[in-house]
Amino acid sequence: MAGEAQTATDYIQHHLQNMAYGKLPAGYTRADGTVLSESTWTMAHSYQEAADMGFWAVHVDTLGWSIALGLLFCFVFRIASSRATSGVPRGLQSFVEMVVSFIDKLVKEVFPYRNSMVAPMALTIFVWVFLMNLMDLVPVDWLPMAAAGISGNDHLFFKVVPTTDPNGTMGIAIAVFAMLIFFSIREKGLLGYIKELTLHPFHTGRWYFDMLLVPFNFTLEVISLLAKPVSLGLRLFGNLYAGEMIFILIAIVFGVGALGFIGAGVMQFGWAVFHVLVITLQAFVFMVLTTVYMGMAHEREDETAHD
Amino acid sequence: MNINLTLIGQSITFLVFVWFCWKYVWPPLLGIMQEREQKIATGLEEADRAGKDLELAQRKAADQLKEAKEQAAEIIDGANRRANQIVEEAKQAAHAEGDRLKAAAQAEIEQEVNRAREQLRSRVAELSVAGAEKILSVNIDAKAHDDLIEQLAAEL
Repeated sequence: MAGEAQTATDYIQHHLQNMAYGKLPAGYTRADGTVLSESTWTMAHSYQEAADMGFWAVHVDTLGWSIALGLLFCFVFRIASSRATSGVPRGLQSFVEMVVSFIDKLVKEVFPYRNSMVAPMALTIFVWVFLMNLMDLVPVDWLPMAAAGISGNDHLFFKVVPTTDPNGTMGIAIAVFAMLIFFSIREKGLLGYIKELTLHPFHTGRWYFDMLLVPFNFTLEVISLLAKPVSLGLRLFGNLYAGEMIFILIAIVFGVGALGFIGAGVMQFGWAVFHVLVITLQAFVFMVLTTVYMGMAHEREDETAHD
Repeated sequence: MNINLTLIGQSITFLVFVWFCWKYVWPPLLGIMQEREQKIATGLEEADRAGKDLELAQRKAADQLKEAKEQAAEIIDGANRRANQIVEEAKQAAHAEGDRLKAAAQAEIEQEVNRAREQLRSRVAELSVAGAEKILSVNIDAKAHDDLIEQLAAEL
């Protein structure tokens, strides 16, 4: 536990605060009592400061770990693919090929259209999200304490699991959503896509009735459309946040005497074993849903629209 | 848990990684995997064909072996038959030769007998003449008939 005497609440709160770098407005009174003469980009030193930064802030830890893990993924897979031979695969190559063929088969099943980008996207999501989730298995205090030690700041906010930050998961979900819209318009044309949004699910075939149904259809379709990224992002966030929370609670128990230490050790192990399933499953679900959404973008409903 | 610029940053990060994977990771890997698949398929096909060829060759070899055996049996059969025939012929020839030799010997014997009989007959005539002469010349002076006696003895 970082710092001096800390209550359990402080400990939890500290663990749930991201390292925010953002803009504070002019005239803002900082945590140490100084008043800013002009608006400045700076590190947040308290929960209040982080909250007051509003939208113009970046979670350095979330982005940093995301990029680091993404680079790890790109690096490892790029090395494997550039060194790959069509002979007998060994070591890294056979591992990477196993992952790739698993994704390839799955995508071919779920996504029966021609689009060379969907499978690589599924691979990226699966491995990247898995790696980010995997950070959850590192004992909750190790990396934050190491970071505090290196920076010399005991109160440094440092959250190592990017998927426990709604920005991290919603960011990916929004990108997937953008791809969904992009492919929908590319495949069906702008007009076709608007038709799909306004003439579904209810249509009669008589244009004057259909005109009356447009607002109703549009509302339904937009809600279902928006529900996709929201459910995608929040599912991952919710699962990982809950898992992280339990790890933090278990970490508190470590401090409660010898019995607490042993009990926490057992709980930590048990939850970690269970969590291995959760993180894999969530990465998998995120990937499959993304592929399904891409499939929806390519699905042509012209036949049903005209009958 | 504030929603902020991280959202956009994460989106861009994601798209960059997807682009990288799409451009530099996926195509070479999949290409190589497909290449290997093809290799394996060809290999299997070839193995299949080789197996069939082998089976065919084995069947052909078995056929040929059978044929050869049959031929050999036929040849042996023929040879046996021929040998029997030859033996039979030889036997017959030997019999015939024996018969012929026997007949010739008998003929010769008969001839000899006949000749002996002829000689004997002529001898008997001579001897009877000589006997008669001897009987007639008992009282004849031996000395006077020495020549005659000697002649007779010489003729015997």
